[in-house]
Amino acid sequence: MSTFNTSREEIAIVSFVELSPAEASQLDEIETIQTIVSRATDGAGIARDRIGFTVSGSCDMLVGRPFSWIMAMDGAGVSKPIEESHVEMDGAWALYEAWVRLQHGDIDAALIYCFGANAAEDLMQVLALQLDPYYLAPTGINAAEVAALQASAMLASGATERQFAEVAVRAGLAVSVEAALAEPYLHRPLRASDLPRFSDGAAAMVIARGDYARSVCARPAWIQSMAHIADGHSLGARDLSKSPSLEKAARLAGVGAKATQIVEVHAPFGPQEVIALEALKQAGLSADAKVNPSGGTRAAQSVMVAGLAAIGRAASAIHRGEASRTVGHASSGPALQHNLIAVLEERS
Amino acid sequence: MKQRCAVLGIGQTHHAAKRGDLSMSGLVREAALRALDDAGMTFDEIDAVVMGKAPDFFEGVMTPELYLADALGAAGKPVFRVHTAGSVGGSTAIFATHLVTSGIHKRVLTLAWEKQSESNAMWALSPKYPFSPPTTAGAGGYFAPFVRAYIEFTGAPEHIGWQVAYKDRIHALKNPYAHLQMPEITIDMVKNSPVLWDPIRYLETCPSSDGAGAMILVSEDVAEASGKKVAWVHGTANRTEAILYPRRNQVLPQAGSDCAKALYKEAGITDPKREIDTAEIYVPFAWFEPMWLENIGLADANDGWKMVDSGDTMLGGRQPINPSGGVLSSNPIGASGMLRFLEAAHQVRGTAGEHQVEGAKKALGHAYGGGSQYFAMWIVGAEKP
Amino acid sequence: MSEATKAVVKDVTTMASPVSLKFRARAGKDLSRFLRGMKERRIVGRVCPSCNYVYVPPRGACPTCGCPMGDERVLPETGTITTFCIVNIPFEGQKLKPPYVCASVLLDGADVALFHLVGGCDVNEVRMGMRVRAEWVDEADAELSLETIRYFVPTGEPDRPLAQIREHI
Repeated sequence: MSTFNTSREEIAIVSFVELSPAEASQLDEIETIQTIVSRATDGAGIARDRIGFTVSGSCDMLVGRPFSWIMAMDGAGVSKPIEESHVEMDGAWALYEAWVRLQHGDIDAALIYCFGANAAEDLMQVLALQLDPYYLAPTGINAAEVAALQASAMLASGATERQFAEVAVRAGLAVSVEAALAEPYLHRPLRASDLPRFSDGAAAMVIARGDYARSVCARPAWIQSMAHIADGHSLGARDLSKSPSLEKAARLAGVGAKATQIVEVHAPFGPQEVIALEALKQAGLSADAKVNPSGGTRAAQSVMVAGLAAIGRAASAIHRGEASRTVGHASSGPALQHNLIAVLEERS
Repeated sequence: MKQRCAVLGIGQTHHAAKRGDLSMSGLVREAALRALDDAGMTFDEIDAVVMGKAPDFFEGVMTPELYLADALGAAGKPVFRVHTAGSVGGSTAIFATHLVTSGIHKRVLTLAWEKQSESNAMWALSPKYPFSPPTTAGAGGYFAPFVRAYIEFTGAPEHIGWQVAYKDRIHALKNPYAHLQMPEITIDMVKNSPVLWDPIRYLETCPSSDGAGAMILVSEDVAEASGKKVAWVHGTANRTEAILYPRRNQVLPQAGSDCAKALYKEAGITDPKREIDTAEIYVPFAWFEPMWLENIGLADANDGWKMVDSGDTMLGGRQPINPSGGVLSSNPIGASGMLRFLEAAHQVRGTAGEHQVEGAKKALGHAYGGGSQYFAMWIVGAEKP
Repeated sequence: MSEATKAVVKDVTTMASPVSLKFRARAGKDLSRFLRGMKERRIVGRVCPSCNYVYVPPRGACPTCGCPMGDERVLPETGTITTFCIVNIPFEGQKLKPPYVCASVLLDGADVALFHLVGGCDVNEVRMGMRVRAEWVDEADAELSLETIRYFVPTGEPDRPLAQIREHI
């Protein structure tokens, strides 16, 4: 009964930049946005006046004050009014809003930017505020403990700690599987190498239509399709060892329609990467697709940025001519509750 | 190209200072179920949910669309969260409209809410954040200087503020969902109420409410198959400008007038003063009614207050403004913009009830946020665009 | 719950769920320099190299041009009230006892108004166009904060005509 149609317009990622954690940690929000926006537009030869829509993603709870993105917007230079929106979500969903906006065919390009502050004393505690405020949050459980519950559910349904350790090695968080397995448990069955290393960060992207995309980018990363799906929230009502939402989003986006060379997965906790890859395989992802050749986002995880970064890196691989078809994944929420998939292709 | 979009279902909560009978889930469900019922649909038929609300600090729940997915039947569906400050209810409806006009979905539930009683709004808006000036004086303290400038530059008499405040509370008596129900209201009561942020008086300010508003937006084929009277979306627009830059006009911001111009162009409106039958505009302080009338071209420059003074903006007047009672009568912050949009839709469907503007064919919904810098508007019509 | 217990325990309708979060705030490069100026009781603005507007407090980027800020400019302590309100309402976290005046003050040589307090006169004497100067706290009490300016006080000079301040509300 429900309808999900994919792209009617030719739309491509033509520019993507992210700020290194070291650089981001020196700047305030305005300086951060000024830096990434000018790099993603002026730096890529994209005229600001061709941008018909601007949308950002960020979260006040990371910064510690309400309306934190309003001041940050000064960095984008908007004294002349612009068509604009903001999502209190990862920048990947800002990209989704921009992609929907460009489907109307009346504007050439859209700017997306996002920033994440590692300003909280205990980010795992802040992230726990995503939980049901009546039945879950008052238990005092934090985000790492929710992820540990999920990892336990995986072990109970056949996954192994060795699989988790392999993910940690791939993310650069352990030198070997043996070394990872030798670490003590922090939140059993999670070890330090299963957890994200939080950092400051920011990213910006420009997407453009048809001929304009071709005119500013030698190898545009065409967005074949995008889809996002949420699972239910209540932890007790879900099979935490699986991600039906990711599998459904990947099917809707047509991940399995052609061979994919690279997949960039955004799973904040190591075991979640195992779940994500399984869901993507169920949806037809090529078995030989390289996983996170960029190194992934876990070694420097900037919340609200990491999802757009995964998609941006999947696009950059096409820009550099390293792949002709890539998949970018973004996630949100406790226990990988919400997932977004972008399928990107080179076209001759 | 662009597909048509219609409002098939409308629902809202009974707004109140404290809806202690409902959880946050219960609050959003009250609005969503009413909208679904109005559309003759169930959650199963919905393709996507687009939610808006103001800062997460208001309730202390981060990214609440995740937790509320269960209450909104959204497991297995796309869920989206917009946040553009006070304009968010409007911006949320606009993105939901885009999901339909782009052809991606056919049935979208859009919803905006705030449950201010769960936390302390003053605290949420003014955390002890270093480096900021010591002058934080709440929203009224921020906006009162611009009201003073409007009065100074137009020569408007002080009773204009009293009159708007009185009018919207009289309108609210015809709206069973409105928070403030003040049958005893008189202009003298407004005049004699204390001055909180000089020149703004207590009864010229909006209340703080718990509440939610929801709409079911559908594609043309779904609207027609329903056999129901719908409100057709004729145009949407949003515009944003920075909060502070040299020579910025904060009384009549350029983002507001640019937004209105883009809106009228898309909706094919050349004479908004005559073609728009009624408007629901975001007026949290009474003086913003004449200011916004000028800003969006429903009154000429310096004449907004004269339009109020003439009675044109009362129900029964030439161009009734905020027949629902507006933000001055109900202000669940994140939902207030959505309420403006859905009340406009009610008017052109002819389903506004006692506060119906007779024969309304085209209506405007308006929301603004931040330091008068975010604007979101739409025009809905009884006929197809 | 037994009938006997129900008789003494009221229905639970609310529960307290206090949340306490700690954050490290970062001032950024430009604002840091302004705040160091405050500690020395100097008002340090910045000039945009593209549009030449003078911003105070300076921001990390020019909102007009979207470029980084240029040179510093030390501004005089005097300015003009472009608009204001009188706060009569008490609220949580408030530092001053109402009534007090919050005003937009356009410092001489600046292109954006600074939002601050007005003191040293009756609240009813404050006018749009009134000339004011910064009243500093004692040197020993100077902080990395705008609060190093205690408030602005009238200078006694003639008011600026409204036509001159109209664009700086």
